[in-house]
Amino acid sequence: MQVALFITCFNDTLFPQVGMATVRLIERLGHTVQFRSAQTCCGQMHVNTGYQREAVPLVRRFVQIFHDAEVVVAPSASCIGLIRDYYGHIAALADDTALAREIAILQPRVLELTEFLTRMGVTDVGAYFPHRVTYHPTCHSLRVLRLGDAPLRLLHAVRGIEVVALPDAEQCCGFGGTFAVKNADTSMAMLGDKLRAVRDTRAEVVVAADTSCLMQIGGALQRQRAGVRTMHLAEVLAHTEDRQ
Amino acid sequence: MREDRDIMLKRIRTALHGPPGAPAQVAPSIARAYQVSTPTPAAVLLHQFVERVAEYKAEVQTIAENALPTAIAAALAARKALRLAVPADLPNDWLPPAVTALRDQGQLTYQDLDGCDGVLTGCALGIAQTGTIILDHGPRQGRRALSLLPDYHLCVVWQSQIVGIVPEAIAQLATATTRPLTFISGPSATSDIELNRVEGVHGPRTLHVLVVTA
Amino acid sequence: MKPQSVLIELQPKFERNAPAALANTQLRRNMGKATQTIRAKRAAVVDEMPDWEQLRTAGRQIKEHTLYHLDTYLLQLEAAVQRAGGHVHWAADAAAANAIVTGLVQAHGAREVIKVKSLTTDEIKLNAALAEAGISAIETDLAELIIQLAGEHSSHILVPAIHKNRAEIRELFMRTLGIAEISDEPTALAAAARSYLRAKFLSVPVAISGGNFAVAATGAICVVESEGNGRMCLTLPEVLISVVGIEKLVPTWQDLEVFLQLLPRSSTGERMNPYTSIWTGVTPGDGPQAFHLVLLDNGRTNVLADEIGRQTLHCIRCSACLNICPVYERTGGHAYGSVYPGPIGAILTPQLVGVEHARSLPYASSLCGACYDVCPVQINIPEVLIHMRGEVVRQHQDTGGLAAALEPEALAMQLLSQVFGSQATYEMAQRLAQLGQGPLVRDGTISWLPGLLGGWTAMRDLSAVPQQTFRQWWRERDA
Repeated sequence: MQVALFITCFNDTLFPQVGMATVRLIERLGHTVQFRSAQTCCGQMHVNTGYQREAVPLVRRFVQIFHDAEVVVAPSASCIGLIRDYYGHIAALADDTALAREIAILQPRVLELTEFLTRMGVTDVGAYFPHRVTYHPTCHSLRVLRLGDAPLRLLHAVRGIEVVALPDAEQCCGFGGTFAVKNADTSMAMLGDKLRAVRDTRAEVVVAADTSCLMQIGGALQRQRAGVRTMHLAEVLAHTEDRQ
Repeated sequence: MREDRDIMLKRIRTALHGPPGAPAQVAPSIARAYQVSTPTPAAVLLHQFVERVAEYKAEVQTIAENALPTAIAAALAARKALRLAVPADLPNDWLPPAVTALRDQGQLTYQDLDGCDGVLTGCALGIAQTGTIILDHGPRQGRRALSLLPDYHLCVVWQSQIVGIVPEAIAQLATATTRPLTFISGPSATSDIELNRVEGVHGPRTLHVLVVTA
Repeated sequence: MKPQSVLIELQPKFERNAPAALANTQLRRNMGKATQTIRAKRAAVVDEMPDWEQLRTAGRQIKEHTLYHLDTYLLQLEAAVQRAGGHVHWAADAAAANAIVTGLVQAHGAREVIKVKSLTTDEIKLNAALAEAGISAIETDLAELIIQLAGEHSSHILVPAIHKNRAEIRELFMRTLGIAEISDEPTALAAAARSYLRAKFLSVPVAISGGNFAVAATGAICVVESEGNGRMCLTLPEVLISVVGIEKLVPTWQDLEVFLQLLPRSSTGERMNPYTSIWTGVTPGDGPQAFHLVLLDNGRTNVLADEIGRQTLHCIRCSACLNICPVYERTGGHAYGSVYPGPIGAILTPQLVGVEHARSLPYASSLCGACYDVCPVQINIPEVLIHMRGEVVRQHQDTGGLAAALEPEALAMQLLSQVFGSQATYEMAQRLAQLGQGPLVRDGTISWLPGLLGGWTAMRDLSAVPQQTFRQWWRERDA
């Protein structure tokens, strides 16, 4: 299958290793990855912060770039959630019925990485990762995309891995995009409880399907010198014995 | 106020349908895909009803019909309830001789009712799934104040009155919808302090249910 | 006129109120314990229902249907209540409702009224209006009584005194009810309230209630409660006045079968609440012989006019969204500065009063979506939050002029929209970020950021922007 990678602006700029891992993983499973370099941002920050008129050109841009892709895959549950749940609203706001139609046609082919793997019937990606990890189901993977335990099942199939359950896993880490800045105090109060849960697992690595939440959790773990690092699910699944 | 009525109706119509000539929307339909009845056998319903009434910290006993007067007498004796408020049409043979029954023909004052040791009534329906007793304030139940002011409510439920789930009860009540109705699930309770449930606030603090089996 | 009465503080600033609440360790402990307890209870009684999702869907659909025909159903309700001997009043706003109620109480010569817990009457600030007319309103719900005695505002829809623990309540009762000594056991505290209120129930001639549901076809009004104070108020006085929001309607008697299952399980986490009272107009020889229903708009038609926001009117005030909300759990209800706190308050309040008067509330959420999952009538709260954020920004842009356009956030968003607008500007910005971060980076980490972003680095490090972006790596790989 020809997979058009939507890397997301966040991963492209701040976490390129997540993109590299996603490419390695998808290619290892026998698909071709293409990267359409005109892509920029899905508009999530604009939409979620209320700058929805400003997001209209970004939505148009995304649709223009990807409209003819066989499948679009992104290693970000929150960006996919936005495209799925809110692109229609933005087209309505722009009063653009043609755009709305194009969005409706494209949407079913835009998938989060785990969704893509599940859709392809993959249960074991052939990874090797000999570490103690815990999985944080981000709000968007859990309650918007409804990934359920699909990411965990993929993790359990990884050789050498030790997966420890995260207490109160379904609780938000407090990131919430600009929420972490606008309501920094509340965000930190939420993060504090997430960190305690993470540290209680004695895991070396916290894994999730959104780099933004990992940045929130990882940034604080790093500040605390907690001895726990964060990794995107794609990075863990991309690991093999010969390539670590 | 009269003019507020016109203002509100006009606001609603504008809000819903936009300015005159705006495209009509599709009226939303209602799919009732939830359970409206349960195939559960009567014996199981009885068991469930008793179990769930008890979970609300109500006292509950199952008895045969011929044992009803004895059970009532025993319950009242245990409670030391001597002055009892009862609905006007309560069967005479329910009442033990030791008890002074105040039959309510509507003449009893709130102070009279407040001063009673308890109240004895029947009911209209029971719901097994939720452990609920429903009074429609019809036969053997009296007006609402009767079963409200006394601190002890002894309530007789016939097994045949027990339905399985809420929709079955609502359906049975559909013919009497203009009567006042009281749904009772255990004694009065509050969770207002630290969300700890405390049984017994303003309504009867003790609910005692006698379930008469078929 | 916009119904400002909904607000406890004008233009509430959630982000400014939250820090004090977050720093109150007693409040954090009380709130954490209470919300976790009720979440567990709710989960248990919801999980045992095989048709919960079908009930939620039906609940939503009944509300959608009702709102779509709201004018028809209101007229039906009016006719049915009148047929049953009740009187119906219409109140376009809080002032009108308060005037109606005050007039009715005065007409019956009462100086005191007893009240069943009612958010709607909190919303219109009825007690203050009655006080101005020399009428004292006695709250009879235990939690409402507690906050009335404490001179505070509710912090939770269902359990208004959730922010207070037993020791605080004991102290309050000893101070205000003239009780010499009492234990801090909830049983003892409830008994104290019982004896204080019993005399009122037996003597006060007028009661005021809200209503959970109003059946258009039959005129039945339904009040769901636990303590029996509701039954007392609805049964004993000579006159009953019920103030009901126009969104509380359901079309038919049968519809109660859905909501009487959804509400108690979502709200107190019980299979059924202890008492549900249903009455229709006046019943000769039983209960109040005068019944007045006040139908309240107070901004609800504003909400109805917004196609995305409209679903907010489905709300049955169960408070499940408050109990599950990670923000509410930590800040409590007062930080919202509104009669309606929590996720539902964050969407309802700005719609009732106008977004320009409650700009911070739609942002009081991390958009985690837990509220949507538990909502018994499937209100997509995150969707409405995002929609309301858009309304806040658009209203500000359209009326704020140059000053609004020059605010740092607005400038940043404009700039980013342009940066993302083309590949060239985007890649240039990436390069600038790689270069510009220089002074901030130590050992590959940023631990301090200026201005708006300082909230981030107060607790978290930030990884430096890598020197190679993904697209640069891809190009090299391709080459």
